[in-house]
Amino acid sequence: MAHDTAHQHESNTKKIWTVFAILSVVTIVEVVLGILKPEFLTDTSFLSMSLLNWIFIILTIYKAYYIAWSFMHLEGETKGLRRAIVWTAIFLISYLIFILLTEGGYIYEVYKNGYVAWDF
Amino acid sequence: MEATVVRTGTEGKTWGGGNEPLKSSYGKMMMWFFIVSDALTFSGFLAAYGFSRFKFMDSWPIADEVFNHFPFLHGVDAPMYYVALMTFILIFSSVTMVLAVDAGHQLKKGKVTFYMFLTIIGGIIFLGSQAWEWKNFINGTYGAVYTEGGNILQFIDGDGHRVALSDIAIAEASSRVEHESRNGIWYESEKSLPSYSIGEVKAGFSENSDLLIRTQVVNDEGEKIILSREESIAKLNSEAVGVVEGANLTRNEYGPPLFADFFFFITGFHGFHVFSGVVINIIIFFNVILGTYERRKNYEMVEKVGLYWHFVDLVWVFVFTFFYLV
Repeated sequence: MAHDTAHQHESNTKKIWTVFAILSVVTIVEVVLGILKPEFLTDTSFLSMSLLNWIFIILTIYKAYYIAWSFMHLEGETKGLRRAIVWTAIFLISYLIFILLTEGGYIYEVYKNGYVAWDF
Repeated sequence: MEATVVRTGTEGKTWGGGNEPLKSSYGKMMMWFFIVSDALTFSGFLAAYGFSRFKFMDSWPIADEVFNHFPFLHGVDAPMYYVALMTFILIFSSVTMVLAVDAGHQLKKGKVTFYMFLTIIGGIIFLGSQAWEWKNFINGTYGAVYTEGGNILQFIDGDGHRVALSDIAIAEASSRVEHESRNGIWYESEKSLPSYSIGEVKAGFSENSDLLIRTQVVNDEGEKIILSREESIAKLNSEAVGVVEGANLTRNEYGPPLFADFFFFITGFHGFHVFSGVVINIIIFFNVILGTYERRKNYEMVEKVGLYWHFVDLVWVFVFTFFYLV
């Protein structure tokens, strides 16, 4: 245990408040966009999703990055632990999302084209 | 200790034992393992939500119309503000948590106590806000009728404003009384009856020529399709079978039943995490006050509950996006 206490931790208070400012600004931007819903963003579609939704998702991941890296102190962990955590999650979640959304879209088409009657 | 160590010739090598390859203590690593598996659980729920949403792509409720309440602003349309406030509360309690961890590194007991206290208060405020959000969601605002196929029909006036059932229905003397278990066989009871019967709503609708029906189907512009007066009357008389006010797990006045189911399940599961986080924080808070970690000269326990608390915040960031923004 000796090496644990031997570490001299300096205060990161300033950095914490900076991250708080970043997270707040990003949340405010999200809320403002969510209320205004600028037309050129909602009407422009990129990879079958509106630009606005892409912005929301990217900003969310940006926030998640700061929470994980700064608050959960992932940046201070060893590379091995960090990769074990981040890549496991990213790989499995992307796979899950891809499969389920593709399937959901397919069922939507089946309903829409009337192959299955469901609204009696 | 030294005397009992068996020499294997691999000392100093990464897997030779006696060292920590990932330079992380056992407890912290196990907390990370738990967080990763819990993150996968939450992504399972959110992906299932995405699946159902894609499945009902053109009839999913518009979040701004569902979550538009703000305390003390009754009847004011305030989309997003309340949930933004909740997000701030949770992010801020995350900040106080990380400040507590930071103070713990410097072995400052007083500061740790203070910041832990603020974190707990933040968590409790968030839980209260969540409860208020649920209350509004469950009670509903306007009410709607449902069709035999399970679709929701909402009412609007000529200006496109939503109209509540109470403004439409013409009350009749009703003979229908709620069946309670004490009046009959003890194991049979029914859910509380809606304030108006479908007959009263139909009668009121045909009286007031201003009213129209808004279906749950979304057009290309992202707006719900509104029927003409003739179509509305035909639709209401031929298809509407019941009245729904607010939301439960079977029906809701907003749209497909799955919408309310996922709302209850995911925000409920998250709320349960917040609740258990608050409980764990309180336990650690008292340990800090009692000086347990002061005597250990190590505040790592605060760091570990901190990890869990930040994770709860992290999940909320995603719930916020997928329920309220996208």
